[in-house]
Order: sequence, then C-alpha cells, then structure tokens
Amino acid sequence: MDALIPPLLNGTAQGALLLLAALGLSLTFGQMGVINMAHGEFIMAGAFVAYLTQLVIPSSDISIPVALPLAFIVAGILGLLLEVSILQWMYRRPLDTLLVTVGVSLILQQAALQIFPAQGVPVEKPGWLDGQIDVFGYGWPSRQLFTIVLAAVCVVALAAWLKYSPFGRRIRATVQNRDLAETLGVSTRRVDRLTFFVGSGLAGVAGVAASLIGGTNSQMGAQYIIPAFLVVVAGGIGQIKGAIIAAWVVGVALAFFAQWTTGSLAQVLAFVLVVVFLQLRPQGLFTVRTRGLA
Amino acid sequence: MTRLRPWLPLIGIGVFAIVLLGVAPAVLSMHWINNLGKYCCYAIVAVGIGLAWGRGGMLVMGQGVFFGLGAYAMAMHLSLETAGPDKIPTFMILYDPLAPLPAFWEPFRNGAFTLVVIVVAPIVVASILGFALFKRRVKGAYFAILTQALAVALATLVSSTIRETGGDTGLSGFKYFFGYVLDDDRNKLMLFFIAAGILVACLLVVWQLNRSRFGELLLATRDAEERVRFLGYDPANIKLTAFVIAAVMASIGGAMFVPIVGIITPQEIGASASILMIAGVALGGRASLFGPALGAMAIGWGQSSLASSWPGGWVYLLGLLFVVVTLFLPKGLASVVDRIRGIVPRGGAEKGVAS
Repeated sequence: MDALIPPLLNGTAQGALLLLAALGLSLTFGQMGVINMAHGEFIMAGAFVAYLTQLVIPSSDISIPVALPLAFIVAGILGLLLEVSILQWMYRRPLDTLLVTVGVSLILQQAALQIFPAQGVPVEKPGWLDGQIDVFGYGWPSRQLFTIVLAAVCVVALAAWLKYSPFGRRIRATVQNRDLAETLGVSTRRVDRLTFFVGSGLAGVAGVAASLIGGTNSQMGAQYIIPAFLVVVAGGIGQIKGAIIAAWVVGVALAFFAQWTTGSLAQVLAFVLVVVFLQLRPQGLFTVRTRGLA
Repeated sequence: MTRLRPWLPLIGIGVFAIVLLGVAPAVLSMHWINNLGKYCCYAIVAVGIGLAWGRGGMLVMGQGVFFGLGAYAMAMHLSLETAGPDKIPTFMILYDPLAPLPAFWEPFRNGAFTLVVIVVAPIVVASILGFALFKRRVKGAYFAILTQALAVALATLVSSTIRETGGDTGLSGFKYFFGYVLDDDRNKLMLFFIAAGILVACLLVVWQLNRSRFGELLLATRDAEERVRFLGYDPANIKLTAFVIAAVMASIGGAMFVPIVGIITPQEIGASASILMIAGVALGGRASLFGPALGAMAIGWGQSSLASSWPGGWVYLLGLLFVVVTLFLPKGLASVVDRIRGIVPRGGAEKGVAS
C-alpha cells in the first residue's frame, strides 16, 4: 500500500491535467473532425494569460481565479480566428487540417518566443494552493487537488452544456446530420464557430492549470499536444467519458512507470500501452456505433 | 511523342542524375557540395515519404524515428572507429571513465554489421508497428499522431540516456568513415557522390514501384481501401510494404547524414525534425516522383541559408508554408507544373482517349 498510494495520487493529478488538455481537443476533433495541432499553443496562450494577469494583479491569490475566465476567452478567440480564417475552408479534409494547424502551431510558438523570454516566465502559485491535504495518511499537494477539481468542473460544465443548453442541442444535431440540421434552421456555421471557441477556450483553462504545475514557456504546447491526442485516440474520439478514463489511466501509468524507470522511458512505455490498447479496440474505448464500413 | 510519355520520368531521372552527379560537383565549392550532400540525405527520406504518404495515403509524421535508427547506428560505428580498437568513445570516458562499453555498442565495431543494422533495424521496427496498426485498420489521423508520438518518445529516450547515446549533445567528433579520413576534401566528395547516387537509386526504385502492379494497388488502397479489400487483396500488406520501404529509405538517409554533417542529436530525430521532413514533401508535391526530393532539398537549403541569418523569420516562413501549401496547393508545386503542362495542347491521339 505504501508504494501504491503516492503514484496513484500523483497519477490522478497528472491525468486531470491531461484530461483538461484533451477535453477541448476531443470536442473539436470529435464534433468537427478537425485535428488541431495548434491546440498545444492555445494551452500555452492560457498559461501566458495567467502570467500577464499576475502582472496586473500582483496578488496571486486573486490573479489565478481572474486568469481562468480570461484564459478561456483569449484562447477561445484564438481558436475562433483560426476557424474563421483557415479551418472553415477545409472541413471533411481531416489530414489537411492537421497540416495547416502544424503551420499555425509553428507560427504561434515562434511568436511566443519573441514576445516572452526564451527560458520562460514564472507564474506565482496562490497562497491557498501552498498547503497539503491528508489523503490516506499522505500529504497531497493542494495544487494537484486544484487541478483535479478544475478538471471535474470543466467536464461537468461541458457535459451539461452539450446535453441541456440549446447550443449543445444544436451541436449534437449538427454532428449527427449536418444537412438535416441545416434544413431545420440550425445555422451550422455558427455552431462550428461556437464549438471551436469553446474547445479552444478549454485549452486556455488547461494552460492556467499547467502554469501552476510545470514551466511556462514557448515550448510547453509541444509537451502537451501528443499525450493529449493519445488520450483522445485511446478514449474514443468525441467521447467525454472515454477521455476521462483514458486520461486517468495514462496519468497513473506514467506515474507508476516513472517510479520504476526514468521519466522518459515512462513516456515510451505509455506510448506502447496506447498502441497495444488500440490493438484491442482500434476505435478507442467508446465509439459511436455506425453502420459505416471503415 | 505519345510513345515517349511513359519513359519521360526515366529521362527526368537521367537529367537529374547528370545535373546532380556531373554538373554540381564541377561548379560548386566544397562547402556547397557538402551542403548539397546533406540535402540529398533529406531528399532520400522525402522520396520514401512520397511513396508512403503521396502514393499510399499514410501521413508518416514520425519519420525521424527511422532516420534516427540509421543515423545512430552509423554514428555509433564511426565513434568506435574514431576511438580505435578496444577503446571507448571520449564522451563515455568523460561521463564515467571506469565503466565498460555498453553491450549494445560492442557489435557496432564491425562495419558490415553496422550496414546490415541500417537496413534491417527499420524493417523490423516498421514491420512491427505497421503490422500492429494496419491490421487493426488504424489509419489517417490516428496513424499520423501515433507515428509522431513514437518520434517524441524516441527523442526523449535518447536525450535521457546520456552515457549510452550522448544525450542531448548527441554523437559527434568522427574522424574516419570506413577507413577514409573525413577531414579530406576528396573523401567528402566521395560521400557526396554516395548520397547523391543513393538518391538517384531511390528515385528509380519508386519509379519502378509506381508503374508496377504494386504501385497500382497502393494507389487503389489510398483512394478506395474497401474496394481493394473486396477484390481479395489485403490492404494491410500493401500499406505495410510501402511503409517499410519508406522506413528503410529514411534510415539510409540518416546513415549518410552522419558522416556528411558530422553530428547527430535527438533534435534531428524528434517531432520538429519529423515535421520538417513532411514540409518538403508537401511543398514539392507528395504524389509526384520528383516533388518530394526537390521539395526536401529546397527546405534543406532554406533552413541552412535562412535559419542562421534570420532564425525567427525562417520559422514563420515554414509555418506560413504549411498553411499556404495546404490551403491553395494541396498537391504541392508539382501541381503547378501539371497545370502549365495542361495549357500546352497534347497530341491528337491522346485527346480522343481523354474525353
């Protein structure tokens, strides 16, 4: 038990951060078929918003709660700009959206490198995240607990929004049958834009959480994008419950592997784990059942 | 003219070979010959990507993995050759003077073994990965993301094993290449000729594959995988073959890169390096014969001439290139050539068939 609990707790927190990073990605990938490689840079944008907010409001106790909605809006607007300027021309060409967003990701990374110092900027942790909370007799950093709560709030909010709000209903209608939805008066263009705004905004929230745990620099997006995609792929595209389970499993697996080997070998093993898993379930954990052949 | 058409690519390869192997060494300085040799290495990788992605529809975003297999195998051999018999490379002594040579390094003292590994290692790795993915019909974006994840994983693994692979600083300081002194212009010229010759050979291989039954099946699999399956072929095997050939080419490109450039680091095999390999292929035209090679050479040239004088601008340019090419020229610059060719009227015999 003594050897199990710390990696389990760490892994859960790591999984929560992965889930935050993957949530918006799963929305835009699943609902719209857009593979957004610049999602990592939207996470980075959120982290820099946390830093900039802190410059205006020096007390980190207040700046972080203020930064969360701000980061959502800033990253959301970035996503909206991307959708309106480029992506709307290439729906139904998923591999091309991947290539285009690789380019956008390079541009955003370089821009961040020129605006902010190369070694990164510090984001102060709020005082109320300094302490530890006892779980099964182990001190659990409240920073990690904060990530978990934040991820839970985002998941519940997103699920409720998709399920109960009129916009959510329109999104689901558009995904199921775009032409029919349009005939029934849903503006699918507006639905696309809104979905992208929310999906990208979630990356901004993930960025604030990431700035409290890891470094904040121009390279951070690249760190998150591949693990986040692995979570989406393993969980089943566009499946929130799949993403939750996959993120938790990958996070815990990384924490356990890291305990036995080095951190980088842990990443390799986590990758192998996902490939092996895809052998069992090529479409991910949960799939939308269709009668399609492929 | 019409009878000549199928042979046009072959004539093109001939002209390309004459320019690369005959004209270029005569007019370029040694510095640029060495650079051109490096671009040839990227072009070898690109020809393979053109086969897998352009003809086969598999976007391989982790070609750095196979590039790295060949490059590190070669670099290990050259390090050991430089160190001398029974000695261990300098960087290992600096790290821990008493520890012995890691066991997996020992066979690389043998040159022939190294050459075999350069070809066999990518075949083994690509077969296992390809078999696992294609048999379960993992494709498209899933495939692209998984291959990129593999490149990230390999680069972090290499970075973290300092004593075994040199870590972030990589392997460098080679003095000999199979007995030839590297710091000698004549030998550098020889290396260029080897790389350029391999590039021409790869073009010939892909040309021959494209016009074979296999090439037609590959194209058919890209465009209508289900129909190919219904016709009784296994698309997994077709894709696997193209993927493995592309991997071998990438590995050979990596192996030649090491003596020509003189260093290999995890940065050269990681995610961004793999993306750079894609960029050239996309720019040139992924489905064309010459597009990938010429695109890769252009990107290589752009990187070495612009990245040093204007590093930030180069990245912006590269990013913009991805956006513009994908939006407006999905078939790359090769499609511009085709369009121009379309304006010129063709022979009457062909017109009748075309309608």
